[in-house]
Amino acid sequence: MKFQIPRLLVLIFGLFMIFQYFVPHESSEWIYEFLLDWIYIIGIFALALGIWSLYRVSVDKIRTRKPNWPYAYVTLLGLFTMILFGFTSRSGDSWGWYFVFVITVMLTMGMIIQTMITKGSAGLYAGLAGLFFVSSILIGIFDDAWAFHFMTAEGLQNSLFRAFFDYILIPILSTMFSLLAFFIASAAYRAFRARNVLASLLLIAALIVMLRFNPYVSYICGDFMARTSSWLMNVPNLAAQRAIVIGIGLGIVATALKVILGIERGYMGRG
Amino acid sequence: MRYWCRIAPLLLLLFSVSPFAQTDAPELPDTASTDLAPPAPVSMLRAHDTDDDHGHSITLEWELSPDDGAGQNSVVTYEVFRWVPSVMDILDTLRSRLSIVNSEIREADGVTSEMKERRVSLQTRLKELLGQLPEIHEQYPNDGEWHQVGNVGSRNTRYVNSGSKDTESSGFIPDFTGFYYRVDAVTVDSSIRAVSKIVGPVQSYGQWFNTGRYPVLFAVLIFGFLTLGFVIKAKKGAKLYVRPLTGIEEVNDAIGRATEMGKPILYVLGLGTADMIATIASFTILGRVAKRVAEHRTRLIVPTYDPIVMSVAQEVVKSSYLDAGQADAYDDDIVFFVTQAQFAYVAAVNGIMLRELPATNVYMGKFYAESLILAETGALAGSIQIAGTDEIAQIPFFIVACDYTLIGEELYAASAYLGREPILLGSLKAQDYAKAAVITLALAGLVAANFGWTTFTDLFIVAN
Repeated sequence: MKFQIPRLLVLIFGLFMIFQYFVPHESSEWIYEFLLDWIYIIGIFALALGIWSLYRVSVDKIRTRKPNWPYAYVTLLGLFTMILFGFTSRSGDSWGWYFVFVITVMLTMGMIIQTMITKGSAGLYAGLAGLFFVSSILIGIFDDAWAFHFMTAEGLQNSLFRAFFDYILIPILSTMFSLLAFFIASAAYRAFRARNVLASLLLIAALIVMLRFNPYVSYICGDFMARTSSWLMNVPNLAAQRAIVIGIGLGIVATALKVILGIERGYMGRG
Repeated sequence: MRYWCRIAPLLLLLFSVSPFAQTDAPELPDTASTDLAPPAPVSMLRAHDTDDDHGHSITLEWELSPDDGAGQNSVVTYEVFRWVPSVMDILDTLRSRLSIVNSEIREADGVTSEMKERRVSLQTRLKELLGQLPEIHEQYPNDGEWHQVGNVGSRNTRYVNSGSKDTESSGFIPDFTGFYYRVDAVTVDSSIRAVSKIVGPVQSYGQWFNTGRYPVLFAVLIFGFLTLGFVIKAKKGAKLYVRPLTGIEEVNDAIGRATEMGKPILYVLGLGTADMIATIASFTILGRVAKRVAEHRTRLIVPTYDPIVMSVAQEVVKSSYLDAGQADAYDDDIVFFVTQAQFAYVAAVNGIMLRELPATNVYMGKFYAESLILAETGALAGSIQIAGTDEIAQIPFFIVACDYTLIGEELYAASAYLGREPILLGSLKAQDYAKAAVITLALAGLVAANFGWTTFTDLFIVAN
């Protein structure tokens, strides 16, 4: 039964998805959009599971003192800080007791983590967690300088949230992305070594495509480079890509049919 | 001399933008003084429901005005008009009020009962009026006026008046309502125009089958029967030859190598979500890999990007450990969530590669710009790397940086290949036959296109 009902659901909804591709009627679209909305709903609940997983793995890292365990504290601090900033924002010009509130919440979380990892003083940490938690609740109730925003996106405009996002997260992500340039260079070096005839052909083709954009080479034989490069991109390259795309298309249809008909059950943990 | 050589180009440049270089602007035709005669109107104006759609759309077709491209050659554009009853103004007012209330509700922290009542009242009134639209349109030509709904340039003989299906949108076109249209042939002086005959009433409605997608339906049916046929054949015990996939054959060796070295295996499912076929194929491969890993009692690390993928992958790995009889070795933290930020995920996975130094990295699923960063870091860490993706742009990166790469559809074949189950192998065989059919049809299409046999090539045109 544990596997029969999911298989039946997959069959019904899978067949419906095939059916709706051929039915442009509004009612078909309505059901399709309704089903897509479910993905968002499931996604939100799954995100809670994801955050719990991240929390548990990080706490486990601290408890077992795995290599680089102090960084797990940074992960948890970042996680809770951004959640807190994202749900709160200043009401007027003053922050009031907001930072005290943030610190008490962080201390609460810290004490909860200590309770989970400690071997002997769990009661003490639990008591401290309770104390900090009550303090944060009291500040939240009596301080009017800021407010919680659970129903709107106002918290995302919180200046602290924006500052952390714009001046810490974005530069770090951009740094990671920029590494790609160096990796492309090293990968290109490996790919373009002329070890045999085919590798040499690849090298020549790559040189033509790359040098096309070089202003000096373009000046000397720009027309030849542009036409050869266009031919390389639009004829042999595109032909190979289309062959792969046709294979992928057939593979997708075959896999989808196998999933819908219950032949392929690996995604349910039953191969 | 050298000085003049340098200065001459500068002077040339200077004079090219100086008043000396300027020429008189071309004289524009004085449209006001031109005596334009009204052009002839369009003829054979027809209006019908747009084919193969969800409704809310009317298509108009006509024969060109004799003065478009011939005769006076004075038609520059065709303006399309629809008769709109005056009640539409009330509808627009209701819609704008409803829009204000909706934005108030969106921006408010707490929705008051007064806001809800206002919204319900406006929605009820709007619904009532929309329900009356078919009867109101029957009053044509009383109590209404012509509104321009669009225009097309000269030499065009078709216009699609496509509306929204959202009743709260101003562009909403109701179905099963008789509309009246006319098309004006307009000259350069927009006051000089020719009004066509009026067509109507014409109604829009949604279709239950998109006839433009027949080729896809036939292809799917043929391929589906082919797959089922081979699956039945395989079930009956027929031996099917399947081409070898080196990358997949290496998975077993890689697991053995990891066991010998006492190092973990890193399995990356990519950035795909659980509804993508590549990710579903990856789940199946993960199941097979996890089973072998459990049998060898090697460590498996599966960092995930998407929480739904994490939940599914946990179930897959858990079942594999159970199947291998190693339930006690299973830990929920084998599969864990990292983040939903692309490069933060890359940073985390790269960190795992460099700290844990896995013996084998397996990348299966959807990959984007992060593919090369992951694969190059894995190569630097000295891991054996096996990759498979259906993202065309990322395949070259994996080929360069990984030891074995599954190209495109090989990713989908991998699960069948690993399991060696006859039913799954049957579907692989069907894929091979379908590919042969595609190659044959492509060659036939090539010949047909070169000889101009459009009857054959038109069979494969698919509507959006």
